[in-house]
Amino acid sequence: MAWFKKRDRGVKAERKRNLPDGLWLRCEYCGAILYKKELERNLWTCDSCGFHFRIRARNYIDILLDQGSFREMDAGIKPLDPLKFKDTKKYADRIKTYQAKTGMNEAILSGSGEIDGRQVSIAVLEFAFGGGSLGSVMGEKIVRAIRRAIKTNSPFLIVNSSGGARMQEGILSLMQMAKVSVMLARLHEAHLPFISILTHPTTGGVSASFAFQGDLILAEPKALIGFAGPRVIQQTIGQELPEGFQRSEFLMDHGQIDRIVNRKELKETVSSLLSYLPSPAPVLGFEEKARALEKS
Amino acid sequence: MSEGSLEFEKPIVEIEKRIHDLRQLARQENMDVTDELHKLERKAEKLRKDIFSKLTRWQRVQLARHPQRPYTLDYVDRLTTDFWELHGDRLFADDPALVCGFATFEGRKVLLMGHQKGRDTKEKLRRNFGMAHPEGYRKSLRLMKLADKFGLPIVTFIDTPGAFPGIEAEERGQSRAIAENLIEMAAIRVPIIAVVIGEGGSGGALAIALADRVIMLENSVYSVISPEGCAAILWGDRSKAKDAAEALRISATDLVELGIVDEVLPEPVGGAHRNPAQTAETLKTAIKTHLDVLCRVDADELIRTRMEKFLAMGVYQDDA
Ligand SMILES: [Zn+2]
Repeated sequence: MAWFKKRDRGVKAERKRNLPDGLWLRCEYCGAILYKKELERNLWTCDSCGFHFRIRARNYIDILLDQGSFREMDAGIKPLDPLKFKDTKKYADRIKTYQAKTGMNEAILSGSGEIDGRQVSIAVLEFAFGGGSLGSVMGEKIVRAIRRAIKTNSPFLIVNSSGGARMQEGILSLMQMAKVSVMLARLHEAHLPFISILTHPTTGGVSASFAFQGDLILAEPKALIGFAGPRVIQQTIGQELPEGFQRSEFLMDHGQIDRIVNRKELKETVSSLLSYLPSPAPVLGFEEKARALEKS
Repeated sequence: MSEGSLEFEKPIVEIEKRIHDLRQLARQENMDVTDELHKLERKAEKLRKDIFSKLTRWQRVQLARHPQRPYTLDYVDRLTTDFWELHGDRLFADDPALVCGFATFEGRKVLLMGHQKGRDTKEKLRRNFGMAHPEGYRKSLRLMKLADKFGLPIVTFIDTPGAFPGIEAEERGQSRAIAENLIEMAAIRVPIIAVVIGEGGSGGALAIALADRVIMLENSVYSVISPEGCAAILWGDRSKAKDAAEALRISATDLVELGIVDEVLPEPVGGAHRNPAQTAETLKTAIKTHLDVLCRVDADELIRTRMEKFLAMGVYQDDA
């Protein structure tokens, strides 16, 4: 299937848009020639086939939040190199490269803003920074964003795009899954809504923790979503993977997500769904009620 | 005896065989070999100390995966007077790669669970090499909630290469299964003790290890990714697993230093498989000690402390 095989070239096309003279772009899924301004108006989705180009964290803020409502928080938190990790390169050098490339301290942008006037706490992962990998900074910034949601009685939103754990932080990276889960358990206790949005790709440690802990889980079309990467699965089982495997549509078929949402309808969808989820939720006190009923 | 021995164990296994043979010969021929035996035994002792006092992280990985290493059910046999295995996630299937059940441990009724590897080929396949599917994690969560409801402390044994990466595991929501365990375990109102007995493989291990106490056997490992997987991705070469094991710092002492693990339990010289009874005795004492403490803690306090512990994990720079 074309969109499945041409994924890699799609990423190349996305890079092209950064060229200042690139007025026209080719959609790598269907081959359509797209006018850059038009593509931008379409939120980087192809007019003719619906292909969703990969975009930056900052773009999702613009797409989801009311104009001018975003206030970034915790931008100053920076990664360290606790293991003094070195493979073919030093982790410390990799961090510098990612920072120079993205102009960000880490693979996450977080803060507060409004969606149709309703205050939310939001975190968006940045794939361009080391594949959106989950390290100590991401864990801490998500925890702080959830804490703000609890303090302000607001819903919490997260936009995921990540290849998984930040291997160079070793076990500390794995523990970020536990750390964020613990904080989300508190959000749950506070009866506040949590919507998780999955974009291309959402795999590994991010997928096996907060991405799939949402009260509601939405996904952009054709995003690669899974616990294990397709290559690992192929090597493990030694057989070809079925067509469309681990794409949003596949997850929808298997009951793993609530809705597939076109980027152009993302804000409207989130806003409408949130309208059903008051924050805080009315406390029902099931246990007390059950006991009272038995006594009467 | 030497069957399934690791490369670095072989000199020891060899000398032990010589001691064994000499003893037999002495008995058959009615000879006095006291001096020779004494010499050989001293040599063996020295060899053991030399080899096992400076194990590399990669050698520990090999010990953690040793074909003769005791698995969850081996310890269950030695540690409990009563074990009632409980099956199934009530949704899809039972997963033999993760066993759960009620157990009586040191006179205390607990919920016990752990990843389970197989010993022979048939059993290995049935247990899927200790790699659980979503139904394994869902079974464990179902029973943890039951333990919560009836106040049974939970003890988990970690020994898995990782959650299974397969087509069906993805179809049935491997990510969600692990994610759900994590968020639910955060608020379970009974004590949870996790013991890494062999391989602590990534999310598949963490899914039953979000615990009040996480303790590790000396030669077990706990890692965000297997050394081979890490080597393939970062070095582009699986054979660099040795380097990856060093860089990832996956030994029990590393994890204590990093503040992730509470205690390292010593193994017999040569590893747990050299003396399973002694290893089980060590486990028994440690688990009992932690349970005695945790079972006296009020549930709200227990959860608060558990949450604070995990919330403090991570190393970063905050200039603000
Ligand atoms: Zn197109």
